Amino acid sequence: MCGIIGVIDRNQELMDGSNIRNALAVMDERGSGEGSGYVAYGVYPDYADLYALHIFYDTIIEPKEQVEELLENWGMIEEDEEIPTYEQSRMEKAHIPWRYFFRPNRKLMSQSSTPDDDIVTHIVMTINTSIQGALVFSSGKNLGVFKASGWPKEVADFYRIEDYEGYIWLAHNRYPTNTSGWWGGAHPFNLLNWSVVHNGEITSYGTNKRYIESFGYRCSMFTDTEVVAYQMDLLVRQHNLPLHLAVRALAPPFWDEIDRMDEKNRDLNRAIRLTYGSAMMNGPFAIVVATQDAIVGFSDRIKLRPLVAGTHEDRLYISSEEAAIRTMEPAISHITMPKAGEPVIGRVIT
Amino acid sequence: MAVYTINAENLHYTPLNQMIRKAVRDGYDEIIIDNVMGQRFIADGLTGSVKLTIHGVPGGDLGMFMSGPTCIVHGNAEHAPGNTMDGGCIVVFGTCGDATAHSMRGGKIFVRDDIGYRGGIHMKEYQEKRPALIIGHQARAFLGEYMAGGLLILLRRGENDIYAERGIGSGIHGGMILIRGEVDDWCLGVGAKKTTAQREEMDIITPYVHEFCSWFDEDPDTYLSSSFSCIKPASARPFVNKYTWE
Amino acid sequence: MSIGARPMRFLVTIDPDQCMLCGRCIENCPYGTFRMENNKIKVYSRNCVACHRCISQCPRDAISLIERPVDYRSHPVWTAKTREDIYNQAETGRILLGGMGNTIDYPIIFDRMVLDACQVTNPSIDPLREPMELRTYIGKKPKKLDFLVNEAGDVDLKTELVPNLQIETPIMIGHMSYGAISLNAHISLARAATASGTFMGTGEGGLHEAIYPYQKNMIVQVASGRFGVNIDYLNRGAAIEIKIGQGAKPGIGGHLPGEKVCQDVSCTRMIPEGSDAISPAPHHDIYSIEDLKQLVRSLKEATEWKKPVFVKIAAVHNVAAIAAGIARSSADAVVIDGFKGGTGAAPTVFRDNVGIPIETAVAAVDAKLRYQGVRNEVSIIASGGIRNSADVTKIIALGADAVYIGTAALIAMGCRVCGTCYRNLCPYGIATQRPDLVARLNPDEASVNVENLIHAWTLEISELMGAAGINSIESLRGNRDRLRGYMLDQTMLDVLDIKPVGA
Repeated sequence: MCGIIGVIDRNQELMDGSNIRNALAVMDERGSGEGSGYVAYGVYPDYADLYALHIFYDTIIEPKEQVEELLENWGMIEEDEEIPTYEQSRMEKAHIPWRYFFRPNRKLMSQSSTPDDDIVTHIVMTINTSIQGALVFSSGKNLGVFKASGWPKEVADFYRIEDYEGYIWLAHNRYPTNTSGWWGGAHPFNLLNWSVVHNGEITSYGTNKRYIESFGYRCSMFTDTEVVAYQMDLLVRQHNLPLHLAVRALAPPFWDEIDRMDEKNRDLNRAIRLTYGSAMMNGPFAIVVATQDAIVGFSDRIKLRPLVAGTHEDRLYISSEEAAIRTMEPAISHITMPKAGEPVIGRVIT
Repeated sequence: MAVYTINAENLHYTPLNQMIRKAVRDGYDEIIIDNVMGQRFIADGLTGSVKLTIHGVPGGDLGMFMSGPTCIVHGNAEHAPGNTMDGGCIVVFGTCGDATAHSMRGGKIFVRDDIGYRGGIHMKEYQEKRPALIIGHQARAFLGEYMAGGLLILLRRGENDIYAERGIGSGIHGGMILIRGEVDDWCLGVGAKKTTAQREEMDIITPYVHEFCSWFDEDPDTYLSSSFSCIKPASARPFVNKYTWE
Repeated sequence: MSIGARPMRFLVTIDPDQCMLCGRCIENCPYGTFRMENNKIKVYSRNCVACHRCISQCPRDAISLIERPVDYRSHPVWTAKTREDIYNQAETGRILLGGMGNTIDYPIIFDRMVLDACQVTNPSIDPLREPMELRTYIGKKPKKLDFLVNEAGDVDLKTELVPNLQIETPIMIGHMSYGAISLNAHISLARAATASGTFMGTGEGGLHEAIYPYQKNMIVQVASGRFGVNIDYLNRGAAIEIKIGQGAKPGIGGHLPGEKVCQDVSCTRMIPEGSDAISPAPHHDIYSIEDLKQLVRSLKEATEWKKPVFVKIAAVHNVAAIAAGIARSSADAVVIDGFKGGTGAAPTVFRDNVGIPIETAVAAVDAKLRYQGVRNEVSIIASGGIRNSADVTKIIALGADAVYIGTAALIAMGCRVCGTCYRNLCPYGIATQRPDLVARLNPDEASVNVENLIHAWTLEISELMGAAGINSIESLRGNRDRLRGYMLDQTMLDVLDIKPVGA
């Protein structure tokens, strides 16, 4: 059920999407042709300090009007256009993907310490819950999600991802159960600079959803993966947890392991579990999360999903299968199987 | 020795397996498969005594239900190689993923380096059908979970500290796990009992260790000269005390 | 006597072929149902309360018992009980008292909710062979954590956590006072709680010195009567619980009939022997929510902020708003007692008609606290008719952190729920102070029985969680998605915030 792959070039050297397209297709057995998606960081260098909002429109009449009115209320649309797509014979173009390069008016949320991000989050939640026929599926700076209902190669060719160049790529091949084949249900899920690809099913979804919604996020994608993006945003952006501790909150060590740690680590880990118990994720999962300066991959604590990592020079690859990594980088030298629950992190070299 | 070579590049597993079966029917003793990149189900359900040499990374369920042939992998195997394997031999010059030898019921698997989680889960045996999984370096948690029979040997090449992965032999009710070196007590799973391997147990594993070393060109004494921990069932009914009739 | 005798409640018969005249029934029954006359055992069924003591001791299974041997003409409105309550009150002019929990046949919401299990799309987890974490921490949690990260990347925790109770199973033993139950019963429960890695409530009767060895697992109660409350008592407990109310009789205080106030009880509670111990309805120093905050802080100051303080309320209509107030009062947990909660003695009109079900109370409180962003301030402990491990699992899925069991723990020690606790004649030595009866309860055995019950339920909860693909109780808590309502109307589904089966 689902195949995932992610790569970061730590020197921020750009890669086009052709390679990851082939790698994802190697894992076609893991999908069902009902959803694939890609996200790339660094794809809009000319608009690097504007928010690139990707929106699925059912029609470009009423929904578009309402979205643009909302955007104009909260800031300025510097540029916008339909995202170029190329017809694929077996894929139905169910939505019109559009992109806006948007600058929020931060004076409108002056009470916040991160007004731009809060404005954009508010816009995303509002559009996705109350504007019919419009869905924001990418809302970060200098990054873009490209996804649809179709096989990896079809979706890649639909957007021509080989025309985009990024230093971080994530990709996902979906085998859906909860919602068959609607474009919004494909991965990656994105909010601001957080993008998530996920293989598995979160049995704690009900708990996580209640937790995250009490902080103002709204789950509108009918898919459990959504909570991962929001929880990362809450823990890292809002609560300032170091990245590896945010992962620790989502996939904590067992109590019997914590009991056997030295006092400092015991208190630290216990505090994390007590405070963030409702954010903890249960069920099988292999997840890769990307943000503008890192990718992090981790699996559930009892390793119910496969996860493989590989490094080559300054690139880190994380995937469900080694074969997918080798397809992207035949010269890959160092392949490992990360331990259950422990994050593999690749950061941009500063 | 008639040899048949297949180039598996960009080949889906169904036509690949068809080519393998045809070669077996045509009487070839050895089949070499090059450029394997993630194809699943290679040698599934294969019987006979053919020798398969695989170059590359075979995908999940390598040799599932296989009963007789020998599969040699020059590369890493992914998820569940030897799944429900009935007989024959798999040799991996590399690592294997999670659920290696799941439900294995016969035959031998030799892994040069590491395996993932739940290795040998639910291995079984009956009379002379006694499967064996021998691992050269490391294995992750839940090794030998639900073990009902068979032999699991973890050699831990180059490791001298105590083995500390949880859930060893969790639910074991038959069979035996031999781990070179010391094992932390908290790692034992439900119903597992640990002792130091005695002469009797060492005699059982010696031929397997020799065979492992002959595949990977190593010296058996580097392993056999060490002490091994032996994990066996504490009882045949580890959960009898959990249930009461209504 | 114009009203005349009412029919017997129970008819007891002894099979003469089976009976061996051992006389155990006579010896054991404190209610006077059996007498030896002319070498035969004579039965006075009118005295019988269906406590089953005789049946439990008869070596030949010679005793039969039926309820309501005499039929009234049946009537749906004027039931037998309704008629007899009126006869009673016409004769006495008094408030009807009764024991144990609600006797009206309200639908049980637990029995209208079903649990989920995993099939294919994610795997069940095997609690027999893989880790299953039921450990729970009861107390106040921080909303977020602050860390100090130095240049080398070392991380230090800045936020300090306040004391929490660590329990290894989400089942705790609820407050039943020494006085309402015997000292042997208290000792048995205390031992069982300690052995099970959980906690027990003292009830409002103070902490007898025989329980001091188990004080690390005791939650001491401060009720409106302030019985036995001194600084030593407060310091001995692992936590302190302010009892505002209880589910069996919301709005009124505890009631210990004078029959049960023996010398020891008189000493612990500091009231005259033989007098009824009726606790005041409110705490007379708490007339509003800010007064509660004052009492909570006073207790914390007195015990140097080392002990979590819980507040127990009965489940009433605006329980959610009350809990939100408690969450802001510095309290560490809110205990909610639903309308099916048990009691040694309560006016039956309260027991049967006042209060709301625990399922809806927990659902409403959890939702309200989350909505206001204060769910981390208090743990929610649920009680009131928790009958089995399925009830525990369901109430945790609705949002509770843990449960208190009361009646179930007594049943584990032998109680047959005859409901006559107020007569001080409990033949099992549980709800009595009569020394000869108390002696019948052996703490060595009874504590093991209660421990067994907790252990068995804990195993079952592990199985239910594993089947739902969850290996840590944090992921079950508030996970309403794993419940479905079966034959509940839409309004009730909305209150519980669960979907109907099939959805």
